[in-house]
Amino acid sequence: MVLAASLINPSFGLLFWMLIGFGILVFILAKFAWPVITKSIAKREEYIETQLAEAEKIKNELANMEKKHDEMMAQTKAERDKILSDARKISEKMYEEAKLKANNEASALIEDAKKAINFEKMKAMTDIKNEIANLSIDIAEKLIRKELADKDKQEQLIEDWMKEINLN
Amino acid sequence: MTYDKTKHIIPFFFCSLVLLFSSIFSMSVKAEEEEFNPGEYIMGHITDDYGWHITTINDHHISIPLPVMLFDNGSFVAFSSSKLHHGQQAYKGYALGFTEETEGSIVKLGGNYAEYTGEIDHEAASIDHVCKYDISITKNVCALLISIALLCWIFLSVAKKYKEGPLKAPKGMQSLLEPLILFIRDDVAIPSIGEEKYQKYFPYLLTLFFFILVNNLMGLIPIFPGGANLTGNITVTGVLAIITFFITNISGNKHYWKDIFNSPSVPWPLKFPLPLMPVIEFIGILTKPFVLMIRLFANITAGHIIVLGFIGLIFIFGAMSPAIGYAVSPVSIFFYIFMGLLELLVAFIQAFVFTLLSAIYIGMAVEEPHHGELKTEN
Repeated sequence: MVLAASLINPSFGLLFWMLIGFGILVFILAKFAWPVITKSIAKREEYIETQLAEAEKIKNELANMEKKHDEMMAQTKAERDKILSDARKISEKMYEEAKLKANNEASALIEDAKKAINFEKMKAMTDIKNEIANLSIDIAEKLIRKELADKDKQEQLIEDWMKEINLN
Repeated sequence: MTYDKTKHIIPFFFCSLVLLFSSIFSMSVKAEEEEFNPGEYIMGHITDDYGWHITTINDHHISIPLPVMLFDNGSFVAFSSSKLHHGQQAYKGYALGFTEETEGSIVKLGGNYAEYTGEIDHEAASIDHVCKYDISITKNVCALLISIALLCWIFLSVAKKYKEGPLKAPKGMQSLLEPLILFIRDDVAIPSIGEEKYQKYFPYLLTLFFFILVNNLMGLIPIFPGGANLTGNITVTGVLAIITFFITNISGNKHYWKDIFNSPSVPWPLKFPLPLMPVIEFIGILTKPFVLMIRLFANITAGHIIVLGFIGLIFIFGAMSPAIGYAVSPVSIFFYIFMGLLELLVAFIQAFVFTLLSAIYIGMAVEEPHHGELKTEN
């Protein structure tokens, strides 16, 4: 069939234009388009890769820092607790000491007071004794005087005393 | 999302409707004038032409005239294809071939018609010779130039965008083409040729892929500037195959040639008295580009023929009775759309296959011998 023949027969004109046209196309694209495009793509791929790696690195660093931060926090907390507990112990100790000292002082004061009171008591007792003695002497004196004012009584007294002496 | 879908369905529906009735309209025109010849109709659409035929209204052909350029008898002749008037007229003795042997090419008329301009009587005219050196801008050449301009425009503008911001995320056309470029690089060029050597052949492979793809897709557009059957033309696919052939064999290394003529893995009785395997291998060098040429040509042409066949059915049935034509139209249009979608897939697949096979052939030519093979040689 002739129509089919025209389908599979190569034509000179198209061959000519195809060689020129496709040649020019390859030349233009290979010179101005493909190198730019492929290089840019490669560059971007590299950029993305480095960025990803960097991001990963930063992430790791961040995680490390966080870890460090946590560690530091824990350490600080422990230190704080230690300081606090130390402070508490010291204050307790001081309190105990102060208490002890105050107790001692108080007991010393009480002791002193007791001593002073005893002393004063003794002093007062002595005074009272002396007074009582004086008063007794006075009373005795007055009684004797009164007794001796009556003659009978004087004689009786002497008699009594004589009896007593006799007994001895 | 549902809103978007309906938005697309409505114009699609109207387009199909318009397509349907326009086919009926042109059918009724055709039916009045002459009997519809499906073979001629299909061949007319898939072969080359001197003008770019758009439509026929009331037996009046509407086509874009293209320049006819000839080297004839040592002189350069150029004139518009409209002067030939679809083979009805001659210009300065040049006319479209009207015999079986000369159909589809420009002929120089002999005798009384040698310098004749005007209506020709095909009975009386005699052909002096066929113009062999015909470099006319035919429909296919025009489509070729359009596709080259389109490719240059697309890729130079994309390259400019890459230049402006190589580290920016791709946008628009760039983001459409970048996956394809990466696909050709990562799934075609590098696995076939190898990481170290692919860069030398990469520009050719990319150009090849996009040239075939763009022309395949343009061939699916029914009206100007699409519709030319460029990648279904054996000359075009042949040129592409020949370029691959030359690149393959020029870059072929010692190992490649040795594998062809004296392969160590072939036992000697197949080589020595009668060089059976070397001859087969040598034929293989030639069949590879031949197969490349035929595959692309046949796939694209077949697709066009099927699509045209479905449209042609409307005319065939319409010639019997317009009512049957109406009845067949929706079915034809449905199959046309189905085939169109299939062709869309084929457009990608064939561009990919041609590029992949080219890359594999080049890869075979530049492959370094394996260590295992070296041992058997020693």
